[in-house]
Amino acid sequence: MAGQLKPGAGPLDYGNRTWLRALFIGIFFILYMPIITLIAFSFNTDKRGIVWRGFTFDNYVKAMTNDSLIEALVNSLVIALIATVIATIIGTMVAILLWRFKFPFKGAFEGFMALPIVIPEICMGVALLLFFIESGMMNAVVGLVWPFNLANIIIAHVAFCFPFVAVVVRSRLVGFNRQLEEASKDLGASEWQTFRNVLIPFMMPGIIAGALLAFTLSLDDFVITFFTSGPETVTFPVKVYSLVRRGVSPEINAASTVLIVVTIVATVIAMKLQAPEKSGH
Amino acid sequence: MPDAIVSIRNVSRRYPGGVVAVDDVSVDIEQNEFFALLGPSGCGKTTLLRMISGLDTPTEGHIYIGGEDMALTPPNKRPTNMVFQSYAVFPHMTVAQNVGYGLKVTGVPSDEIKRRVAEGLEMVKLSHLADRKPDQMSGGQRQRVALARALVKRPKVLLLDEPLSALDAKLRDDMRMELTRLQQTVGITFIIVTHDQDEALSMASRIAVMEKGKIRQIATPAELYEHPANKFVADFIGKVNLFEASVVSQKGSDVIANVKGLGKLKLVSDKACGKDVTIAVRPEKLKLSDAAPKVEGIVKAQATVRDVAYYGDWSEVVAEMADGTSVSVNVQNEKRSIGSAAKRGDKIWVSWQGTDSLILTE
Repeated sequence: MAGQLKPGAGPLDYGNRTWLRALFIGIFFILYMPIITLIAFSFNTDKRGIVWRGFTFDNYVKAMTNDSLIEALVNSLVIALIATVIATIIGTMVAILLWRFKFPFKGAFEGFMALPIVIPEICMGVALLLFFIESGMMNAVVGLVWPFNLANIIIAHVAFCFPFVAVVVRSRLVGFNRQLEEASKDLGASEWQTFRNVLIPFMMPGIIAGALLAFTLSLDDFVITFFTSGPETVTFPVKVYSLVRRGVSPEINAASTVLIVVTIVATVIAMKLQAPEKSGH
Repeated sequence: MPDAIVSIRNVSRRYPGGVVAVDDVSVDIEQNEFFALLGPSGCGKTTLLRMISGLDTPTEGHIYIGGEDMALTPPNKRPTNMVFQSYAVFPHMTVAQNVGYGLKVTGVPSDEIKRRVAEGLEMVKLSHLADRKPDQMSGGQRQRVALARALVKRPKVLLLDEPLSALDAKLRDDMRMELTRLQQTVGITFIIVTHDQDEALSMASRIAVMEKGKIRQIATPAELYEHPANKFVADFIGKVNLFEASVVSQKGSDVIANVKGLGKLKLVSDKACGKDVTIAVRPEKLKLSDAAPKVEGIVKAQATVRDVAYYGDWSEVVAEMADGTSVSVNVQNEKRSIGSAAKRGDKIWVSWQGTDSLILTE
């Protein structure tokens, strides 16, 4: 039963009801306990990582000095950076195309563009694997020098990241006042000057938010990377997976914590930038 | 080659699907004019303005600015600048950057930009806000930014699209004065689009009244009001009483017409009228009296007051004549008294000078 509303509480002030608060805390606990445990145990002195024996930073030091783990982390970061840049450029261009122009089969194009968002990752992974094998790129890339041997993974990551950028930038463009564009041209600016001085600054919060989204998606992707990486190239999530098969160690906890922090920071920035502007107009 | 600053020749704008926004319009706008395009929404006035600016393209006809055909000139190369209805002030730039934008993109040296921006801000009295961002400004201030931004380009023609429609009443009056003052100081041709007849009448030196893509009349404000060319213009500009009539005889300018509800009247017309005409008379030309006026040669009829609307300095009295036709009469409230001259249900006489009414043939 809903309790008595406190004086002054509106009908939608659910936050003031005790039972709802309890429920909220309960759900929050179940959802986030595993992550909190993972972070807590990254400071554990126990080697097996199952029983709490004391606080230490050793696991972080060990993770830092583990060459194969660091190599995987560097690979992941490089892939994420390059894939983000390419996905952001393509995604932004797609967003502008969809917003600005009318063309035949636009609806179909829009649907196909968004396909990587909804398609099961496993299918995407298998499809990309087949594509790379059939086109001979799988073998061609192996012999290349780093970071070019990561090309397949980067291409795969761009393929599933750019629709997210496109969606975010597109939704930003909906709020664009076309008269700004016309005003720019009327004042003597060319098409390109208008694009650079008016449209890009307007899209910027969307572009950055989309880029950060793409970055986090690429950084922690496992399934697609697992299918498209060669025998020599390992990314961080794939490395963690192979280590966990030999038992969980606090070292992995430490490395995972670093990844969580990077992801959270990027996501918070992305959300901040996407929040509607608070100016009264 | 036309010598008017803006010369529009047989311009039409058809949209796919059969909509004709502007239909075979021709008009010459002279150097230094304050020209208004007036009409109800959807009459094509904004489309015409956009075609002058180059943001829209005529499907037929030609537009000359300063004697040159603009057919192949894009908006960024035309000697026109526009003040948009939404102001379209760039939100990510400061006021000074906004005003200087048009100079910067066309490669004006930076010290000259600085000087002209200062001048422009001075002109619209915004010098103290040069470093503000538009979202920290009121609508009226943003409008001034848009004005300064267009004027620093020193265009041959300044185009204004409903510049006052988003402002509140008091600000609108101030801005109206301001625009007239600016136009006189800078000596640039202004073309303004508006649906508000008061705006057009009070600011413009000439007005083109548009309806359904066509220009119905081009004239000075007083001419439009006192000598409307047709029923649409008479009805659109101000209030008017219209009576259907049939011409009985015409000798020179003396016309005798049988007016519905008023009987045979002697009227004046300088052109030949057909049989069926409309008699138009403005409400302020009508007089109210308790008894039948004894003056000869005026139009008079008995009527019953149906409604009185009080506006402070004047009142509008709606009266119904014997045959059911109603007439509006504007009465100046000259005496300081509570309770107006007429009350609902009063039997009164309505009269006016025959020469104050107009014969409209279309």
